[in-house]
Amino acid sequence: MPTPPPLPSDGAPAPMPAPQPAPALSAAPSAAPAAPAAPAAGGRPIVELRGVSLVYPTADRPVTALSDVALTIAKGDFVSLIGPSGCGKTTLLRVIADLERPTAGHIAVEGMTPEQARLKRLYGYVFQAPALYPWRTVERNVMLPLEIMGLPAAERRTRAREQLERVGLSGFERKFPWQLSGGMQQRVSIARALALQPDLLLMDEPFGALDEITRDHLNLHLTQLWRATGKTCVFVTHSIAEAVFLSTRIVVMSPRPGRILDVIDCDLPRERTLDIRETPAFAAIAHRVRQGLKEGHSYDD
Amino acid sequence: MTIERPAIRVPPVAAMTLLLVAVWYAGAFWLNTPQAEEALVRAGKPWGWSELLAQAYAMKRPILPTPDQVAMELWSSLTAYAPTSPRNLLFHAWVTAEAALAGLAMGLALGTLLAVGIVHTRTLEFSLLPWVIASQTIPILAIAPMIVVILGNLGLTGLLPKAVICMYLCFFPITVGMVKGLRAADPLWLDLMRTYSAGGPRTFWSLRLPASLPFLFASLKVSVAVSVVGAIVGELPTGGQAGLGARLLAGSYYGQTTQIWSALVMASLLSVLLIGVVRAVERALLGRGGAR
Repeated sequence: MPTPPPLPSDGAPAPMPAPQPAPALSAAPSAAPAAPAAPAAGGRPIVELRGVSLVYPTADRPVTALSDVALTIAKGDFVSLIGPSGCGKTTLLRVIADLERPTAGHIAVEGMTPEQARLKRLYGYVFQAPALYPWRTVERNVMLPLEIMGLPAAERRTRAREQLERVGLSGFERKFPWQLSGGMQQRVSIARALALQPDLLLMDEPFGALDEITRDHLNLHLTQLWRATGKTCVFVTHSIAEAVFLSTRIVVMSPRPGRILDVIDCDLPRERTLDIRETPAFAAIAHRVRQGLKEGHSYDD
Repeated sequence: MTIERPAIRVPPVAAMTLLLVAVWYAGAFWLNTPQAEEALVRAGKPWGWSELLAQAYAMKRPILPTPDQVAMELWSSLTAYAPTSPRNLLFHAWVTAEAALAGLAMGLALGTLLAVGIVHTRTLEFSLLPWVIASQTIPILAIAPMIVVILGNLGLTGLLPKAVICMYLCFFPITVGMVKGLRAADPLWLDLMRTYSAGGPRTFWSLRLPASLPFLFASLKVSVAVSVVGAIVGELPTGGQAGLGARLLAGSYYGQTTQIWSALVMASLLSVLLIGVVRAVERALLGRGGAR
């Protein structure tokens, strides 16, 4: 993880936003005034969670994976969930995707229950591993969700080509997953998620297993993709730099029990290059995130 | 993908073959010497080591025929008669292959069906699996005549009883392989299907079945060889007019050891050929996606 330049001790630089109460329930992204190119939709809530808890029954005692989580994600937002392992960030994402059922609380995805949203295929999900089917070529992997949707073959092919081009993999259609590098495989899995043309993209540490150079490259790629498509992204990570670089809002979580500690607005301009990581504004936000993690005793052990 | 290197593969195979042939000749000399000695004594002429060696390798009904005797028998059988003649081993090999392939197809169907049931229903797993395993503890030599007798009584003769015996042997590796294969889908792959709101049948055809194919082909290679054995065993109790099993039986009636050995060689060639076919199908079906 690249360490940002040290913060001047006399205080935060001017553009730093005022601290916000946590957990935040506000729907409006406060990034909007800072970035005039904000989404036209103006922050209609797309995901709403209220009082969500998830308790796993285990042999000795129940484990609380999520405790009273409240969060609103507006359309066009890029929200990162960050925290140490075991803080429930992946569980939270899986709850939104209806891959896990919460034991208490209310969730709405596009005004529906997560199950309805899943059945209507309203989101695309990118896993930690590329999860490509090894017996399918790259192109046929991207076409898989479209086959299940029952689209005609010609349309499937067009859409797959389109999305592969978008992630910079034109010409690799006929390759098999094992013929691609890890970074390329993960790009295929992003193309596969995009092929569904969802408004909501859920990503679970998609670049966690990649080396830092590839990761930088894909981060840049992803932020450009997000800006170009105007999709809403929920992104799980344990890298502070990655979270600050990509997000409009950063949700800081802490373990035992998994809960939200702070929601930090990340009002850097929407158009970002890797150089932005050297600016004082970037360092200030990274500092706040680290401060938030410290308060959650994430650095204790 | 593994790189094929035929140039490096040939010498070890050739060396092993030479070694086996040498052992075979040594064994033939050792086993046939008593008979050869007797024959030479009866002939009443003086003889030495070279005469004994020549005699041991040229017996009419040796205990163990030499490789060249077997090869000659095989060659004359294949070339001297038309392939449709009962004196040609190809005719017998085809009769056996027919039964083995029919049994393999039936075993594949039964084995897959059982595996799908076992994977999808917990009750079947507990009720069926013990019987599937128990079925293989019964020696096939014991149950084969029963199958022939019962099916014969029902008016079913010829290919079908043999195919049933093959099926009985074949379905087991296929069931075991497919149970493992159908459960081989990665949890992430299954989650992915869930995010696409894909139903059970869809998940089966698009994920579980293709994920199980490498396991199926591993099982098929075992099954196809076992199926040839089943067909041969099935030809023994019928009294056998045709098939490699019948040929073996006839050979042992008349003490024609060379005929027995050539039928055995033919049976193993048949197995090798069928396994080759399975491998070719595997390669065509799984292609480069299967090779990693």
